Amino acid sequence: MTAEKGASAVDDLALRLALGDLNAAYADCIDDDRLEEWPDFFLEDCRYLITSRESYAAGLRHGVIYCASRGMLLDRVMAMRRANIFEPHRYRHIVGPTRIDRVEGGVAEARTNFLAVRIMHNGDSQLFATGRYLDRVDVAQTQHRFIERLVVLDSQKIDTLLVIPL
Amino acid sequence: MSVQDAGFDHGLTFPSNALSEVPFRVYTDPEQYRLEQERIFKGPTWNYLCLEAEIAEPGDWVATTIGEVAVIVARGPDGAVNAFVNRCAHRGNLLCLTEKGHGKEITCIYHGWSYDLAGKLTGVAFERGVKRQGGMPPEFRKDEHHLQRLRVAELSGLIFGSFDNNAPDLETYLGPVVAGGIRRVLNRPARIIGRSTQVLPNNWKLYFENTKDTYHASILHTFLTTFRINRLSQAGGINIDESGGNHFSFAKLDYAAEDAEYKAAQLRSDTDMKLQDNSVIESVDEYGDSISVQILTVFPNMVLQQIRNTIAVRVCRPRGVDRSELDWIHLGFAGDDEAMTERRLRQGNLVGPSGYIALEDGCVGGFVQRALQYNDADSGVVMMGGHDAESHSFRASEAAIRGFWKKYRALTGA
Repeated sequence: MTAEKGASAVDDLALRLALGDLNAAYADCIDDDRLEEWPDFFLEDCRYLITSRESYAAGLRHGVIYCASRGMLLDRVMAMRRANIFEPHRYRHIVGPTRIDRVEGGVAEARTNFLAVRIMHNGDSQLFATGRYLDRVDVAQTQHRFIERLVVLDSQKIDTLLVIPL
Repeated sequence: MSVQDAGFDHGLTFPSNALSEVPFRVYTDPEQYRLEQERIFKGPTWNYLCLEAEIAEPGDWVATTIGEVAVIVARGPDGAVNAFVNRCAHRGNLLCLTEKGHGKEITCIYHGWSYDLAGKLTGVAFERGVKRQGGMPPEFRKDEHHLQRLRVAELSGLIFGSFDNNAPDLETYLGPVVAGGIRRVLNRPARIIGRSTQVLPNNWKLYFENTKDTYHASILHTFLTTFRINRLSQAGGINIDESGGNHFSFAKLDYAAEDAEYKAAQLRSDTDMKLQDNSVIESVDEYGDSISVQILTVFPNMVLQQIRNTIAVRVCRPRGVDRSELDWIHLGFAGDDEAMTERRLRQGNLVGPSGYIALEDGCVGGFVQRALQYNDADSGVVMMGGHDAESHSFRASEAAIRGFWKKYRALTGA
């Protein structure tokens, strides 16, 4: 599905490029360990949820991580930096092209496939997560921000723990 | 042939009769792991199978495991819950290939043998041959090839199964106090609000012991001390059943208490941290008894937790001597309003694979497993709070862990 009929192809291309850049910047923010910048990708009144394909399809609302405000995103980062105990590790996201389902009233609904490798401090690497981002993005402002990002993992199985957001 | 017939009538040697010494090889020895499958999971124990709600309608079934043994739990046409092995009587094929399903019968994909929902063999393809050639010999009786059935019992919407006719009934197995703890938390019909699974690089017992370990809570989970969610100085206690295997620990909510014990012990904590959004811990006293935390365990590997308003069943499934899978089944109740549902979802950040007060439990077992790699000759020391496995009102204790070993040793002959 493309942007609403009548919109020029250039606008659609520009939006796709912009959302692609947004996703690339988001992945780099996490992978480069600049987690303090992660909440800035979201509006103040936002949602971020990590769930699994089966749970999502069944309409289950619980998330492995569930943030219902930018404050909860900040708390996730703070707890990770200052409270929780775990072995140091990093991610490497590979992010697919963004497909736009609909643009209406300054909000784009988009989906982007991704996979994330987890690299432990000792170099052990593992395919940690695959899935898709289901997004509602505020595209009315110059700085596009997520209203809602649902991280729908292909598998319910998570190796050991999930502390760095995906 | 059981391990007993093989002349191997007990597992590892424990260094003494003291419950407080546990040889490290219990976590690393492959023969001990095999013994556990026979003596514990297929022994006189009650093992969590599923929620009643998962097999609500006649014809519903789920495929799951007890230990590593594949089993099926089905709701028969008469409404009875049946459990039987997930193994075709013919050539041993796996009958149910997916996690759940629905049907009037269960048919093996290999040669079409079919069973009713009580595991009774009802159909054998080409039993009479084709054009009077082939077919089963005259002495073949379908009645002699029904699937092995398990005993089934239900409590508060939880379904349990046992391989062993010698196990006492479920209520006796749990004891009145632990059964009461289950009834307390699941006092109305539960429904599933989410699922997650952690793959843990460690022996299943390392996780299960952790759930019985009130000693570690405020030390490993620094989120707690920082935000004053659960401290040993709060009123609470540990209730352990007579066998030692089942328990629950609980704490009441009291934020007014001072933290002198922790300051004295100079434990790691960051007191200038503040949550931006408190809704992750905002909770209501939904049971009306001020108990904000109840962690209940059922031997061999099931947990029922109430942490504020998050309710979950956890099952730590053995998948090899150094690997396990921890299934989380997050629950709500049918009568929850939107506010309560939202509370459960937000507090869900406290538990699970990303749990603020649970994620360390995911990695610490793996750390132990690595430290024991080819270095498992000695024993762990489990004497916090004494040497017994008795109930008491303090939680700076490893009594419930000692209780686990008491039951474990009774079943494995150590």
